[in-house]
Amino acid sequence: MLWLHRYNQLLALATLALITAGGLVTSTDSGLAVPDWPNTYGYFMFSFPWSQMVGGILYEHGHRLIASIVGLLTIGLVIWLSRREHRRWVRRLGWLALAAVVTQGFLGGITVLYFLPPGVSISHAGLAQMFFALIVSLAVFTSHGWVTRYKRNSNDERAIIGDSVLRLLTVLTPASIYIQILIGATMRHTGAGLAIPDFPLAFGELIPPDWNTLIAIHFTHRVGAVIVTGLVVATGGHIWAHHTQRQELVRPATLMIGVSVAQFTLGALTVLSERAVAINTAHVTTGALLFGTALVLGLRTHRDRFRDETKSMASSLPMIVTEPTTIPTPGSSGASG
Amino acid sequence: MQYRTLWAFVSIITVVVGSACGGSDSETSTTPAVPPPPAFDPATAGSVMGMITLEGAPPAPENIRMNSDPTCVERATNTTTEYYAVGDSGGLGNVFIYIKEGLGAQTFPAATDTVTFNQVGCRYTPHVFGIRVGQTLEILNSDPTLHNIHASPTANEEFNTGQPIEGMRFERTFTAPEVMVPFQCDVHSWMNAYVGVLEHPYFAVTSDDGKFDISSLPPGDYVVEAWHEELGTQTQNITVGEGATAELNFTFTVS
Repeated sequence: MLWLHRYNQLLALATLALITAGGLVTSTDSGLAVPDWPNTYGYFMFSFPWSQMVGGILYEHGHRLIASIVGLLTIGLVIWLSRREHRRWVRRLGWLALAAVVTQGFLGGITVLYFLPPGVSISHAGLAQMFFALIVSLAVFTSHGWVTRYKRNSNDERAIIGDSVLRLLTVLTPASIYIQILIGATMRHTGAGLAIPDFPLAFGELIPPDWNTLIAIHFTHRVGAVIVTGLVVATGGHIWAHHTQRQELVRPATLMIGVSVAQFTLGALTVLSERAVAINTAHVTTGALLFGTALVLGLRTHRDRFRDETKSMASSLPMIVTEPTTIPTPGSSGASG
Repeated sequence: MQYRTLWAFVSIITVVVGSACGGSDSETSTTPAVPPPPAFDPATAGSVMGMITLEGAPPAPENIRMNSDPTCVERATNTTTEYYAVGDSGGLGNVFIYIKEGLGAQTFPAATDTVTFNQVGCRYTPHVFGIRVGQTLEILNSDPTLHNIHASPTANEEFNTGQPIEGMRFERTFTAPEVMVPFQCDVHSWMNAYVGVLEHPYFAVTSDDGKFDISSLPPGDYVVEAWHEELGTQTQNITVGEGATAELNFTFTVS
């Protein structure tokens, strides 16, 4: 289980690298630098000469190579889960991840062959984040903390289950981040990144004085950033105020606040630097990181919803049965990251 | 069960992708018969000559960093942007100028020569040019590196073709008039060019001194348009008499 968890973490990191590579492709406008697909300038993908990885090809073909690695790692994950994982729903999530990565590959190919139609490109960006979310979730589900229910006793459980504000915030936050990512992808693929060229004002005013579709998309993303940041701060503040003992919540909450500050700053710098490649790309990566962190926090908060499944799994997993901390003990306390 | 689910998914994807990639047959349209226009007597042909001038100081050309491709660094002879080609006397080059209105339903013999569009020194040559509808455009890669030729028209069919080997060439034609069709190399982001596609042969591109000459033009009243990639378009009305040369000048202003 430990190695499966580590493998999931590796795959999550590889996916983050893939998302970064995708961000580089769009930030450098290299999406069509390789006009054919699945081949690269007529070469089989893996036999394309390294000496010809020049200009935009470096980004686009590099993105395809990393995607292939992620695809192969996902196949490996599915095989591993099929052989070792006893929870049927976790195995199914593995298959879902494989389906997502295959679909993602086709979407990437179609968007190249049809000259980057915004609908397909935005779907490609949106599915990338969903795939990342699946892999992050699988990493959580295969973690020791998850299996041992973060060593929560019944009082801890009651405190978390009974905290309706926490329960709501930890759902709203990742959901709002994902919506914000979709709006960002729409902005990126419709060329609205600099539709409002100044920051923090919009054409010198709080609300843009003139409107068109691109300005509306851009301004929606800015409003979304304020909402997301507010939700992140509210979630983090709530956990710091009410659940300081629960390190499995405090840690991702703290990280989430730090990442959201970085993300907000990167968003502002993207405009002020007129979409400098490094900043623009980092904004994509950090967005995924923020989404992943919020998702981890949400899953850990709602761990009890998976209790029944875990019980059935525990009965068939010797490793869980031999773990005494999986049995809640009234009055005891404990925390696990 | 899991395998069945996977295969079902793969089948759906295959069908969807297959149908998406299938494309569609080119549409055929029937055009109502147009009565032949009055014969044009070449002896009455006139011409339009003139100069395009730039007022104001254009931004200085920027140096292009080509170090993402060592071949470009080695081969490039022109490493600055070419948005403004201004001659000593203030003439503005790379302006596409053409008869926009006034030719009516006249038809003209199809162009039989081939227009060559070259990629050399990691630049497009020429940067601005014109071509007739149906005329053959030969696209040539004279560089020992990969280029892709990505045309983004609105009235014609978009295409994106790779030319990974030096000496490769392929031919394209445009099916509809369009001013202008942009070309872009997505491998080398600094490479761009524009082509004006017209039904008739009355167009020109200003040379570095800003001068142009549209000759063999039937006498008549015309609307002439001048297009520049950064400064947009201007139009003027002009009358060309039988065998006469009409002078026409444009002034673009850069702030």
